[in-house]
Amino acid sequence: MTQAQTPHAAAGAGDAEAAEGRVYTVSGEDWDEVISAALQSEDFEAGERIVVNMGPQHPSTHGVLRLVLTLEGETVAEVRPAVGYLHTGIEKNMEYRTWTQGVTFCTRADYLMPIFNEAAYCFAVERLLGIEDKIPERAQIIRVLLMELNRVTSHLGGIAPMGLELGATTIYTQGTRLRERALDLLELITGLRMNHAFVRPGGVAQDLPPGALEAIRAFMDTAPRLVHDLRTLIDANPIFIGRNKGIAYLDLAGCMALGVTGPILRSTGLPWDLRKSQPYCGYETYEFDVPVVDTCDAYGRYLIRMDEMAESLRIVRQCVDRLAERGSPGPDKDPVMIRDAKIGWPARLSLGPDGLGPSPEHIKHIMGQSMEALIHHFKLVTEGFRVPAGQAYVAIESPRGELGAHVVSDGGTRPYRVHLRDPSFNHLQIVAAVCEGGQVADLIPSIASIDPVMGGVDR
Amino acid sequence: MSGPDKTSGEESHTAGSEETHGAQAPQGPVPPPAEPDPDENLPARLGEERLAEPVVRTGMFGLQDTPDTSGFGLLRVHRAPVLASPRPYGSYFDDIADALGRALEEAGAGSSDAIERVVADRGELTFYVRRERLPEVAAKFRDDPALRFELCTGVSGVHYPDDTDRELHAVYHLLSITHNRRVRLEATTPDADRHMPSLVGVYPACNWHERETSDLFGIIFDGHPGLTRIQMPDDWKGHPQRKDYPLGGIPVEYRGAKIPAPDERRHYS
Repeated sequence: MTQAQTPHAAAGAGDAEAAEGRVYTVSGEDWDEVISAALQSEDFEAGERIVVNMGPQHPSTHGVLRLVLTLEGETVAEVRPAVGYLHTGIEKNMEYRTWTQGVTFCTRADYLMPIFNEAAYCFAVERLLGIEDKIPERAQIIRVLLMELNRVTSHLGGIAPMGLELGATTIYTQGTRLRERALDLLELITGLRMNHAFVRPGGVAQDLPPGALEAIRAFMDTAPRLVHDLRTLIDANPIFIGRNKGIAYLDLAGCMALGVTGPILRSTGLPWDLRKSQPYCGYETYEFDVPVVDTCDAYGRYLIRMDEMAESLRIVRQCVDRLAERGSPGPDKDPVMIRDAKIGWPARLSLGPDGLGPSPEHIKHIMGQSMEALIHHFKLVTEGFRVPAGQAYVAIESPRGELGAHVVSDGGTRPYRVHLRDPSFNHLQIVAAVCEGGQVADLIPSIASIDPVMGGVDR
Repeated sequence: MSGPDKTSGEESHTAGSEETHGAQAPQGPVPPPAEPDPDENLPARLGEERLAEPVVRTGMFGLQDTPDTSGFGLLRVHRAPVLASPRPYGSYFDDIADALGRALEEAGAGSSDAIERVVADRGELTFYVRRERLPEVAAKFRDDPALRFELCTGVSGVHYPDDTDRELHAVYHLLSITHNRRVRLEATTPDADRHMPSLVGVYPACNWHERETSDLFGIIFDGHPGLTRIQMPDDWKGHPQRKDYPLGGIPVEYRGAKIPAPDERRHYS
C-alpha cells in the first residue's frame, strides 16, 4: 500500500531524504489516497511542491522520454527532460564496420527519417572521398525522391500520434492511412518500411524496380486529396486549435540561442531551409516553396508540417517526371552507383529463387571471366574502400531540422568517428523554456509540436 | 612472396609501364605542375603519394600475436601529417579569418596565440583554438557583424589516443544565417587534464551537447551549469566513445564457425 519510503533505503537514507524530500512509491493504488496522504503531510503545509515522473514509459511522450515535473497544482513549475533510455551506441558501432556497413547502423538512429540519416552520412563520406560531383544523376534523383517521400511519412508520424495524444483517434487513423501508402512505396523501392540502408556512399543500392513509377503516380493521384481530407478534419477543429494555439511559444531569439532549426524555426517567420539556402543533391533544380508562419506556437508548426507535405509531393512529382524522361536504359548507360570501381559496390543485386543476391551475370563474370573483377569484389566486400584522412560536416534539412553528420577518417577502411547532430536531441532542450509556467495538459501538444524521436535523441 | 621482392617487383613494373607509354617518358621524373595530368588519379600515382607520407605503423593489419612467417612484418603504413593551410584559403574563408583577426585585435588580444592553426580542407574551414581562449573566440564569432554566427549546432568529441598531449578534441560547428556560412572550431585537451571551458554562456544550445561529449569522452567543461551524464546511467563507469573503451560483444556461432565479436575481428586500416 501507499507508504512513505526513503528512495535508497539501503545506503544513506537520511541524506537522500534530506536531498529529495519525501518519496511516495505508488504501485496500483487509488491516486486519491496518495494525494490525500501527501496533502496531510507536514511537507505540504510547509509549501512543498510535488515532483512527478512522467515517463519513460508513457503513452503521450513520443517514445521513451522521461519528464521530471515539479507541479504546483496543475501548473508546471519546473520540467526537466531526461533522455538516454534508447542509447544503443550506434556511433560507437560504426567505428567497427566498413564505410558502407555504417549506413546500416546510422539508418536506425532517427527511425522516422531513416533515409535522411543515411543521406547525411553518405554525403559526408562522399565529401571526404572528394566524389561529390561524380555521383550519377539518376542516383541523385532517386535520393531526392526517397527523401521527400520520407519527409511525408515522418511528418505524418508526428501529426497522427499527436492527434491520438490529444484524444482524437480519427486524426491518427486518417494520418496513418496516408502514411501507410507512402510506406508501401518505400517498401516497393527499398524492400523495407524502415531501416532501409538504401542510400550508400557513391549512389544508391539499387535502381527502381519495374512498375515503381506507375505506383508512385497512382499514389500521387490520391495523396493530395488525403492531405486535404486531413486538413479539413484538423485545421479549423475548435478543440485542436484550443489545445495548440499559443502553446509552446518560442520566438526567433529563443530559437537562435537554443540552436533550433526546422519547422520550429520556420514557425517564427524565418524562411530558413537548407534545401534553399545551402542546396545539396540537386535541390536547386527543383521547384518548391518554403512554408512559413509567424505564430511561434504549436499550431503554426502543425500548419508548416502540413504545407511541407504538399511541397514534398510537388518535388516527388518532379522526380517522377525526370525519371520517366530518362527511361530505363540499364545500369551501364544510366547507373545508380558511381562508376569508380575502387568505391562503387561491385555486385548488382537481383532477385533469385532464394532471395535477393548478386546477379547471375555478375557471378559468372567474377567466377569465370575476370580474375581482377573477383579480386576487386573480394577486396571491396571484405575490406571496403579507404577514405582519405580528414573530417567533414554535412548538414541536410531533415523533417525535424538540421541533421548534421560529422565524419572523421584516419585514412582507413572504417570510420574513425561518426557523430550525428540530431535535431530531436537539440530541440528537446527547449522543453523547459516553452513548458514552464504552463498547464500540465499543455505539455502534451508542446512535446508533440517539437516532434522528438527518441531513436535520434539517444542514438 | 616476401616484402623486399614485392617492392622490387613494383619497381620493375613501373619501368615497364614507362616503356609502353613512351610518349610520357621524356617528361622526366617531375612533371610540370601547370598542366592537368591525365594520370593523376591512377592507383599507382596515389600509392606514390602515400609513400611520401611519414610511417605511422609497421606490420600486418590486426595481427600482433602470430609469428611473422611470410615477411608481412615489413609492411609499412603511411599517413599524412597534421597540416595547416596557407593563405589564401579560398572561398569566403579569408573574409572570416580577416574579420576574426580584426575582432581579436580590437579586443586587445592577439589572434596568433588564440588560434593555433587554420585548416581549409574539402570546402570546410577549421580554426584550431587554444582551449583557454575558446569562449572569447566563440563570442567574437557570435557578435562581430562581419562574422555573426548565430547558431552553434553542437559539439562532437573525437578521441585521438596517439595525438600526445592533444588526445581529446571538441569540435564545434557554427552556422551563420545572416551570411549563410559555416565554420568549425576545434579545441584540444590533454587526457591528463581533461578540462575545457564551457560554451554554454555564449551558445546556450551547447548545454546538452556538452553533457553528451562529457558523458561519452570524459571532457570536463568548466562553467557548465549542470554537467551530468545524459546518455549513460548516472553511475556508469568509463566513457564509452573513447578509443580505449571496448565495444564489447560476444562471439557468434554460424554454421559451425565462430565469428568473433566486432571489435576483435581482423581489420584492415
